[in-house]
Amino acid sequence: MTMSNTILFAVIAIGILALVFGLVLGYASIRFKVEGDPLVDQIDAVLPQTQCGQCGYPGCKPYAEAIADGDDINKCPPGGEATIKKLADLMGVEPKPLDAAHGEEDVKKVAFIREDECIGCTKCIQACPVDAILGAAKHMHTVIAEECTGCDLCVDPCPVDCIDMVPVTQTTSTWKWDFSSSPKGDIPVKMVS
Amino acid sequence: MYPSFDSIIENLNAGKTYTFPGGVHPDDRKSLSNKDSIISPSIPPLLVIPLRQHIGSDGVCCVEVGEHVLKGQPLSQSSSPFSVPVHAPTSGEVVAIAPHVVAHPSGLTEMCVSIKPDGKDTWCELSPLTDYVEQDKSELVARICQAGISGMGGAGFPTHIKTSTSKPVEFLVLNGIECEPYITSDDRLMREHAWQIRQGLDILTHLISPKAIIVAVEDNKPEALEALNIACQDKDEYRVVSVETKYPAGGEKQLIQVLTGREVPRNGLPADVGVMMFNVGTCYAIADAILHGKPLIDRIVTVTGEAVKAPRNFKTMLGTPVSHLLEAAQYNPKKQKAPKVIMGGPMMGFTLSDATIPVIKTTNCLLVPSKKELVDDNAERACIRCSACADACPASLLPQQMFWHAKAKEYDKAEEYDLFDCIECGACAYVCPSEIPLVHYYRQAKAEIRLQRDEKNKAEKAKQRFEARNARLEREKLEREEKHRKAKEARLAANKAKEQAALNKEQTSPAPSDAKDKVAAALARAKAKKAALQAGNADTTSEVSETSPPTDDKKAQVAAAIARAKAKKAAQASNSTEQAVDATNTDTTSDDKKAKIAAAVARAKAKKAAQASNSTEQAVDATNTDTASDDKKAKIAAAIARAKAKKAAQQSDSQTQTVETNSDAPNAEQSPSVNSGTDDKTSDNDEQDEKKARIAAAVAKAKEKKAKQAQLEQSSEQSSSPQDASDSVVDDKKARIAAAVAKAKAKKAAQAKADSERENNTE
Amino acid sequence: MKLSLSSSPHQRVKRDTGQVMRMVIYAMVPGMIAQSFFFGWGVLIQAFIAVLSAVVFEGIILALRNKPIERTLTDYSAVLTGLLIAISIPPTLPWWMTVTGVFFAIAVAKQVYGGLGFNIFNPAMIAYVVLLISFPAAMSLWLPPATHAEVVPTFFDALSLIFTGFTTSGYDVTQLKTVADGVTMATPLDTLKTDLTLGVTYSESLNKPIFDGGYFDAVGAGWGAVSLAYLLGGFYLVKTRIISWHIPGSIIVSVFVCALLMHLINADYYASPLFHLFNGAVMVGAFFIATDPVSASTTPKGRIVFGAAIGFWIVIIRTFGAYPDAVAFAVIIMNMAVPLIDYYTRPRVYGKKAKSSAGGRP
Repeated sequence: MTMSNTILFAVIAIGILALVFGLVLGYASIRFKVEGDPLVDQIDAVLPQTQCGQCGYPGCKPYAEAIADGDDINKCPPGGEATIKKLADLMGVEPKPLDAAHGEEDVKKVAFIREDECIGCTKCIQACPVDAILGAAKHMHTVIAEECTGCDLCVDPCPVDCIDMVPVTQTTSTWKWDFSSSPKGDIPVKMVS
Repeated sequence: MYPSFDSIIENLNAGKTYTFPGGVHPDDRKSLSNKDSIISPSIPPLLVIPLRQHIGSDGVCCVEVGEHVLKGQPLSQSSSPFSVPVHAPTSGEVVAIAPHVVAHPSGLTEMCVSIKPDGKDTWCELSPLTDYVEQDKSELVARICQAGISGMGGAGFPTHIKTSTSKPVEFLVLNGIECEPYITSDDRLMREHAWQIRQGLDILTHLISPKAIIVAVEDNKPEALEALNIACQDKDEYRVVSVETKYPAGGEKQLIQVLTGREVPRNGLPADVGVMMFNVGTCYAIADAILHGKPLIDRIVTVTGEAVKAPRNFKTMLGTPVSHLLEAAQYNPKKQKAPKVIMGGPMMGFTLSDATIPVIKTTNCLLVPSKKELVDDNAERACIRCSACADACPASLLPQQMFWHAKAKEYDKAEEYDLFDCIECGACAYVCPSEIPLVHYYRQAKAEIRLQRDEKNKAEKAKQRFEARNARLEREKLEREEKHRKAKEARLAANKAKEQAALNKEQTSPAPSDAKDKVAAALARAKAKKAALQAGNADTTSEVSETSPPTDDKKAQVAAAIARAKAKKAAQASNSTEQAVDATNTDTTSDDKKAKIAAAVARAKAKKAAQASNSTEQAVDATNTDTASDDKKAKIAAAIARAKAKKAAQQSDSQTQTVETNSDAPNAEQSPSVNSGTDDKTSDNDEQDEKKARIAAAVAKAKEKKAKQAQLEQSSEQSSSPQDASDSVVDDKKARIAAAVAKAKAKKAAQAKADSERENNTE
Repeated sequence: MKLSLSSSPHQRVKRDTGQVMRMVIYAMVPGMIAQSFFFGWGVLIQAFIAVLSAVVFEGIILALRNKPIERTLTDYSAVLTGLLIAISIPPTLPWWMTVTGVFFAIAVAKQVYGGLGFNIFNPAMIAYVVLLISFPAAMSLWLPPATHAEVVPTFFDALSLIFTGFTTSGYDVTQLKTVADGVTMATPLDTLKTDLTLGVTYSESLNKPIFDGGYFDAVGAGWGAVSLAYLLGGFYLVKTRIISWHIPGSIIVSVFVCALLMHLINADYYASPLFHLFNGAVMVGAFFIATDPVSASTTPKGRIVFGAAIGFWIVIIRTFGAYPDAVAFAVIIMNMAVPLIDYYTRPRVYGKKAKSSAGGRP
């Protein structure tokens, strides 16, 4: 066989192989396509949904969209360290410490209205992003503690400053087996490694 | 493996039992406390009864502080299927219903009823039900619930729920295993009260109608075995079975596996495999409740360990503080390196944080080890993967895997290794050569996972609420736009129609409408003026219409109405009724009303004018004819003025004390004078504020005088933190509101001031 | 009263890690006695050197890592590693080679991975393999058993050999390998391997003097006794439940079965099961080396699979590989597979149906 013949056959053979593999891959990409969550939804599922706006965006979904566009992942104080880690895993970036410009991570708090001072102005009701305040104009306002996310947005609008952010107390059912926080007694646990 | 009923019976008849994997054999040390009979300690000086001593929710407290209760009287009532009532263990006085430290490893508090015994120990009225066989089963179940019976073996599941099961039960098992070292309460109970346990078994059999009945006792309790054998000898169907000693054979799942070879499915109940299990103590209490009418008010507690001189079992009233029992057993603190009391056994018990913690329905033992006895250095080493833990685990788990993942906080992987199937028996940590506190890690991991799940649910809910709110706002916005659009269209249409009508009218009837009205009104006004001047009335109502520019139609209308009224009066006097009538007739009926109102207001004004000497008051009063909110605005303005004054006073540092957040009008007058001593920076604002303040002050004074209550509120000192010390008298509420608003504004103003100063400083 | 808190359980079994390791060391004593009886003081001197350097290296590295030194050293794992290395190497190996091996075992195979409990490979075997590959000649200089040797080195001879390479009388190790008729004697495994390449059949090879005096036909002198002594120690370990029977049992059975199969296929070419079991380090490997808890499988079924595979590899590498003994290689190969084995042999948890446990997404 001549040289050019060899080359020709080689080219044809490889060409056919390429075609076959291309078809197989194409078929596989359609047949076995994984219907995954769009990235924004996945990010949103990780965020704590307090809708507080401390990240600078009006709610968690906008921040999720921003992260999907490339924004920093360390702007969410209510989510804290755990959320940053999860986002780092999800986005494939390095976890960064919480950006202090957006707030400090704090214990979980719930709003509480001092009813004696409430004037029924509904400003806080309008401010609450999850409608956790019950009340109407000229009627008493009160915070539904189970629904409150502790976002802090109701404290500023109140003209008589009657809203406190109260830390959630531990009960026997929410105790995390952390002996150092026990009211009396101590546990001398020595961890070697 | 799921052996059939018959094969299990065959096995039992042959004296054989199945077995469970793993398990350990710690030293049982029961001889320390099982030699002596049960005694009752003295009545403690205070009994603290937690409202919740079981799995479920608190009952509703039905006694009050100061009430005298009798022994056995219910202290709380069952409010839901999962709540069980508690009863007074002795007669006495309720001294407190408050949070108190309870028997939980956290040392946190829960609601408790504290009773001070009167020493008389008088029973309340009891109603036993000796002929229970004749009774309706639901009645018996209700009795059991009312008697406050929940599982006494350690878990505390409400017994009445168990006994009212609808699933068919193949095996009724009495758990007399007591596998944990040191504990002997069930042992002594079986030895001394086997007959009553047997009676309880009769009641349970009647209630549940099982196919077979087994009483299981571990083989390290031969005397108890014998006692129960004798008690049950007349009934063949009561099988008393001896089970090989292995920890944790007494665990519900493990005992079912030992006796029947069946496994309770995960997240399932023993009833799913046809088994119902009760502790012998619970059974004894059921007999007490039905046959003697006695509620659950005491239980046998073992006090043991080498740090007590006289370890034995005590028939203890629920609510007895631990310290009382320790005293009764002659606790010697010197024998311990650091004082430590364990409620429960050495494998599954938890340390107490406080010696006032009360004994509850699930307390079976108080263990006080000496320093040599239970050496627990808590000095963890690295895991060497020896798998001794996996060999010991009765649930066939892989403790080392769960440990690695729990330690690394990889909770989803820990869950994958079936972390929640762990019964926390402690066998794994018992055998670990590296002294790793395995169960502690699992408990922490479980708590963390549960909290994360909770948070996730909450986040989900918050997200839904947020989205619902956004949808609602969107909807409202659209509706508003819709409304505006419709209104606009209507207006356009109306205008068009009006134009048309106007055109038509001009063509058809010569009688003018609007234009004529306007003319008539103007004429009326002129006439009124003249009439007023003639009447020599000091009323400067007309001035009002000049001085206070009619910014809104309403004001103009009112002024017009007043004018008309005056005109009417004048007309009456000067006989120019037609025009007045015309004037009044051309108006719609509402104008008459307005006129009447205006007249009344005018009268009031006149009165006020007579009272007051200040001319500006009238001007202010005039504004009062407007909507009532102006009052409030004035008050608020007064408050603002006060606040500003306060701020100014703070700056000048001289008369801070004198400025009070009082709603007293006179003080508001002082503030303007204070203002005069402030810097130039704020002087401009202060001038306007002075005026406003004066106005507001006057209004306030007037309102104060109007108010019937003459007493002054307590004045609160001026401080940066708002403190309204006023009582809630409705009339003064508004004043307080104003004060509070003022305070808030002052604070904000101060902040703003500070910010601006800072800015100025940095510039 | 301020009470101290702790988490349940509040009592423990008396046996801690240090005790476990010490008991393993005690179990090695019969074997070491046998070894020193047949092969001289070298074993004990090597043991001393290895243990000393192991402890020193571990101490230095713990100090560098800021870990508590005394607490970690008292778990005796470094001592045990040193001893295992000492019994695997020729008794006359130069001291600096021993120290190098120990360094690899402690520093590279154990501490670099995170210390005790975190290493993937058995440290002693890593040391052996590193030495074998780096110094192949020195690592094959095994002495003949005392019963057959012409010159048996004394204590000072051994000391001098290890530190200088020559006995006090000036012999070197190769010379010491000479036996009665001027022929150098190698280990039984080595002998067979060389013979097979020379075309000698298995049964003919058994006629070599090295095989006289072993307790079984196929077992070499001295080596057989040593293996039996370690077997005894192994029984002690199983009896006291320091180790479970799964790994040693399955290794022995697997070696037996694989060797038997091959022997049945071609008795001339492939050695008999007893030959494989008692020559070389199978007994030591089965009871002391493969059972190293850190690098072995942890589930019962997994252990059986682990042991069976090790046995298989031992026979295969011995027969078809370049090296006479294969225990170290077999163990290291299976160490790599342990996480996979563990994952797929999870026991069925109480209350779960058998199908749903084990497997699933890794």
